[in-house]
Amino acid sequence: MKKLLIGATAALALLAAPALAKDTLKIGMIVTLSGPPGALGNQARDGFKLAMDKLDGKIGGMETEFILEDDELKADVAQSKAKALVEKEEVDFVVGTIFSNMLAAIYKPVIKSDTFLISPNAGPSTFAGKNCHPNFFVTSYQNNQNFEVLGKIATDKKYKKVFMLAPNYQAGKDSMAGFKQNYKGDIADEVYTPLGHKDFSAEIARMSESGADALFIFMPGGMGVRFVKQFRASGLADKMAFLSAFTVDETTLPGQKDDAVGMNGATNWAPDLDNDQTKAFVAAFEKEYGYIPGGYAMQAYDTAMLINSAVKKAGGVKDQDAVREALAAADFESLRGDFSFNNNNYPIQDFYLLEVVKRDDGKFHTSIVEQVYDDYADSYAAECKL
Amino acid sequence: MSTTLLLIQILNGLQLGVLLFLIAAGLTLVFGVMGFINLAHGVQYMIGAYLTVWFYGLTGHFMIALILALAAALILGLLLETFIFSHLYDRDHLDQVLATFGVILFLNQAAKVLWGPTPLNMPAPEILAGSFQITENLQYPLWRIAIIAIGLIVALLLWFLVTRTRVGMLVRAGASNAEMVSALGVNIRRLFMVVFGFGAMLAGFAGAIAAPIYSVEPGMGDDLLITAFVVIVIGGIGSIRGAFIAALLVGLVDTLGRSTITDILKLFLEPSAANQIGPALASMAIYVLMAAVLFFKPSGLFPAKGAA
Repeated sequence: MKKLLIGATAALALLAAPALAKDTLKIGMIVTLSGPPGALGNQARDGFKLAMDKLDGKIGGMETEFILEDDELKADVAQSKAKALVEKEEVDFVVGTIFSNMLAAIYKPVIKSDTFLISPNAGPSTFAGKNCHPNFFVTSYQNNQNFEVLGKIATDKKYKKVFMLAPNYQAGKDSMAGFKQNYKGDIADEVYTPLGHKDFSAEIARMSESGADALFIFMPGGMGVRFVKQFRASGLADKMAFLSAFTVDETTLPGQKDDAVGMNGATNWAPDLDNDQTKAFVAAFEKEYGYIPGGYAMQAYDTAMLINSAVKKAGGVKDQDAVREALAAADFESLRGDFSFNNNNYPIQDFYLLEVVKRDDGKFHTSIVEQVYDDYADSYAAECKL
Repeated sequence: MSTTLLLIQILNGLQLGVLLFLIAAGLTLVFGVMGFINLAHGVQYMIGAYLTVWFYGLTGHFMIALILALAAALILGLLLETFIFSHLYDRDHLDQVLATFGVILFLNQAAKVLWGPTPLNMPAPEILAGSFQITENLQYPLWRIAIIAIGLIVALLLWFLVTRTRVGMLVRAGASNAEMVSALGVNIRRLFMVVFGFGAMLAGFAGAIAAPIYSVEPGMGDDLLITAFVVIVIGGIGSIRGAFIAALLVGLVDTLGRSTITDILKLFLEPSAANQIGPALASMAIYVLMAAVLFFKPSGLFPAKGAA
């Protein structure tokens, strides 16, 4: 239904297009909206829309047409929608995606058409090193960074033995490699589960016998919800430190609730980060959409504000070089406070240790415990020739 | 691996097994008696879980929520049977697969529209919410033990129903030779409906009791459906006894496989290689089991003919 409505507005906008063609800004967004992973894309959509509302629908002072597409987490769908956006709609910016494998699918058609591609979440190493591109920007992080930060935390806290758990696919393997880069202690075991794993009781039983004092875990989405529930019920939560990435966040907490309270994560932002823009953003977001925004919403909001600043500075989108330069300058007020782009157009930003807390109104969110890194850059930027 | 760890894994395997049995029991009857391939059976499991969470939210009481959810799952199953599936019985298997696959897509999306894409949380009933200390470090949730007990009781009831009652006799007869049963004057249409509704309710029941340990989300029944098909093929299509034994077997092989194969590989492989190959092999274990069973007994362990 929503899709229909969006389609209808897009069609209407098309009909009206000739009249405003000159000063209309066109932005296409491709995120995952269907299936359980759709919760992530919903956050990105809502974050971007909130930014548009704040700018009265005018990004960079221009009449803005926003086209929303669902990649359905299928590479072929993502690719054909990206092609339609750049060839038929001739958008000025493509904002996407949530998942790295979807980004790989849309990257070529978008970059080839000389359109700016800005990722509000996926930050694979593929395009961070020698394959970096002047028209490709990432407003989230390089994927490995969250895991590297956790490794640093484990070393700083002097955990002696860590048990590692991740799903058996590329991102799961990358997560363990990222963690080990900064972790100097012993590893009790590295266990991979199938993707979409249901019952972690076998793995939890192994943990209890492993003698590990901390758990490193990467279990996104429903897997994280199930794991946290079962981990809490096993009583191990009181005996082992819980270091996680993408396992307890604002998209999974509504399902984990009290079971997740006190568990740790690490990333670039939390809804209680102490700055005025974040306070205003979280309040406005909750009022509009009725749930607490997570990193996905924050990054999409920042993406919209980044585009806004660049288009304004370049005085429109006609001069691509000026827009590119203005994007790279990142002259906008990020919800994260400190934010700048590295030479590979991936962010340099602060990273924090987070903890899940319960708010007075009974809702759950992640909360900043302490800063782990100040102005942390990814390790691939050196290979980028930009 | 220590003995306690092995014991825990056996408990885990049994618990997965009884859940699989509850799903497979309905599937095997529907397939065995009606010759109808119902891919949407896994969706019934999801519906059972969602309804329980929903009624729990409304009533705040697990048992009441469970009873309401079972009734609603039964009604929904009967509605699906009457309006959609009954038109498919005479079609070939490909049509049935396509149509019931469509039902999966529709109901998964409906669950997402109604309850949102985020996984929902369901607490265990209060008296069974605790856990007991099984080793120095590990507590074992009472609810998991309860699932095993409930599953075994349901299996016993089913056995009684199928072997000791008139309906059960008709079901067994239907599984062996539906046309003959019909020729003898039994209203086969109504028998189908009873079997279908009952199967849907059992799957919904599995979803309801699984909700407190797993997460309730759209598409949660899809993976279990594949495993349930493995169970009914191993057990012999149409056989409740076969489904029971095969479900426990599959549950144990899957759980023990996941916890031991990597360790066994580490005895003669590099740890990193074992970590690569182990999980892949563990995921294959139940299919290897199925292939092995089919090699020696092509129609499963307990084929329906003459026995149930």
